[in-house]
Amino acid sequence: MRTERSNVLTVSDLHVQVQTKDGASTLVQDINFELEKGKVLGLVGESGSGKTVTSMSILQLLDRKTTTIKGSITLQGRELNGLDDKEIRGIRGKDIGFIMQNPMNSFTPVFTIGNQFVETIRSHTALNKKQAKELAIEAMQNVNLPNPAKVLKSYPFQLSGGMLQRVMIAMAACIQPSVIIADEPTTALDVHNQLQVLRHLDKIRSEYGTSILLISHDLGVISEMADDVVVMQHGRIVETANVYELFDNPQHEYTKKLLNARLSIKHEEPITHML
Amino acid sequence: MSLLQVKAVTHSYNSHTFLKWKEPSKKVLTDISLSIDEGTCLGLLGTSGAGKSTLGKVILGLERPQQGQVLFQGHDIYTADKLTRQKIRRDLQVVFQDSYSAVNPRMTAESIVGEPLENYEKLTVTEQKRTVIELLERVGLSEKDLKKYPHQFSGGQLQRINIARAISLKPLLIVLDESVSSLDMVNQTLILELLSELKKDFGLSYLFITHDIKAAYSISDTLGVLEKGELIEHYNSKDQFFSSEHPVVEQMRSSILAEHPRYRSLPMRINKS
Ligand SMILES: Nc1ncnc2c1ncn2[C@@H]1O[C@H](COP(=O)(O)OP(=O)(O)OP(=O)(O)O)[C@@H](O)[C@H]1O
Ligand SMILES: Nc1ncnc2c1ncn2[C@@H]1O[C@H](COP(=O)(O)OP(=O)(O)OP(=O)(O)O)[C@@H](O)[C@H]1O
Ligand SMILES: [Mg+2]
Ligand SMILES: [Mg+2]
Repeated sequence: MRTERSNVLTVSDLHVQVQTKDGASTLVQDINFELEKGKVLGLVGESGSGKTVTSMSILQLLDRKTTTIKGSITLQGRELNGLDDKEIRGIRGKDIGFIMQNPMNSFTPVFTIGNQFVETIRSHTALNKKQAKELAIEAMQNVNLPNPAKVLKSYPFQLSGGMLQRVMIAMAACIQPSVIIADEPTTALDVHNQLQVLRHLDKIRSEYGTSILLISHDLGVISEMADDVVVMQHGRIVETANVYELFDNPQHEYTKKLLNARLSIKHEEPITHML
Repeated sequence: MSLLQVKAVTHSYNSHTFLKWKEPSKKVLTDISLSIDEGTCLGLLGTSGAGKSTLGKVILGLERPQQGQVLFQGHDIYTADKLTRQKIRRDLQVVFQDSYSAVNPRMTAESIVGEPLENYEKLTVTEQKRTVIELLERVGLSEKDLKKYPHQFSGGQLQRINIARAISLKPLLIVLDESVSSLDMVNQTLILELLSELKKDFGLSYLFITHDIKAAYSISDTLGVLEKGELIEHYNSKDQFFSSEHPVVEQMRSSILAEHPRYRSLPMRINKS
């Protein structure tokens, strides 16, 4: 496709298979989408529909022994699919920041947060230890984490779920990657912190032109942030649309079902902005 | 008598003296008292880091509080005799916030969900398998998932496996810590309906810890708000949440996102289309 738009990340004909005891099984197929500079692409869909598998394929983080990734994933024109470990490690965290669905599993339990945060920064920048630490502290303030100096000295298990999630967001965002992949980034955040985090992600987007692939089951988060939305079900994309179009005029049955499942608060005083 | 009573619980985590920083350990919970009646759900809201999961662990008998008591059917769970504690362990189940750490990575879904049945109900092999399949189906999974291991499931699927396990023995109280937080709205509705049904049919009670005000509202009978370790609000009727003038609650209410792009609140995201 040749357009005036600048696609930062392009996924074409992505097809992922896994080898199990009972043979090969397909996890996702016919996945096609583009992420434009400075835009947010929302990814929603049924639990188990392949959202995380798709994002892990982009990052080349799936187990190479058991999974096969077919198709093409290009970052600013460079093919990522099939890159060797060393090459992809230079891209992960630097050009593509990522926030994993499960914060606890993204940290090593035996090292302090500070150790892991500072190491991550230093492996992708020329900063010295002191500068890296300062950057880490600033990044944590940006996501509303109280007492960042203390957080740095803590071990992962000493932080609450939402605190860890914010540390991960701070880590992903602080070296201004061209793409951020955020897999359910606010599942452990109260509404106030959620809003702070979204505000910060949006600031990065507008200041540095970062593109964001935002996976979320939360239709409030998607409404707030996304320009376009991809809807997945059973390993396939069933609908892609502009966010307004999607909410006003959903086409696929599953999208309709999803939108109809929005919970409402029935209360005498109408909360006007709540649909 | 309430099913669960928390009386004046105060707790702080031991400061790790082997580390160089020896700060006086900060209180994580301060003088918490609350109760949950049989067949009701207490929704617990609060800022991230407020102490919700810690309170959950205290109630489950996993984190002994420095002060105060937790009474389950009138028995202090930390001092009850062995037999009573054994019974409490069956009647008090949990779905942890971190679903991956909660399961043994080497166990299949069948054994994860079947383990409590194995321990407490003496079923035949076929009966147990049938029960496990039924439980999986109730949470939107199926027989096909029996032989899968935790790493072969998505985040939301694993959450549902933990829920299936927690309800397997029809306990009296389940502590649900952000247990529907990674589920799409269709599955979330399925789970909330299942929990409400069990509450109505078998008198199950819940401590429903969540950041999702709408989910809390839809399932809870009473609501509490925890802030910096203190229970700042405790409503007998959940509607009081909407009339409260407490600044923390007001801030929460004003941060609820509208579920339509036309009602966006981030200034840079508001556009014309
Ligand atoms: N290693 C694996 N082996 C076999 N099946 C797998 C493996 N990893 C994932 N799956 C399956 O692939 C499907 C897609 O999983 P994925 O984690 O991408 O879902 P998801 O859309 O992120 O769901 P959720 O919203 O619940 O996180 C699921 O049905 C899951 O069971
Ligand atoms: N094992 C631990 N050791 C030391 N401190 C801890 C430990 N677990 C939690 N904390 C601290 O206790 C406080 C409350 O944590 P808790 O996990 O109870 O919060 P929460 O309300 O569940 O937050 P979230 O909504 O983010 O899950 C936090 O400041 C956290 O850093
Ligand atoms: Mg996922
Ligand atoms: Mg918690």
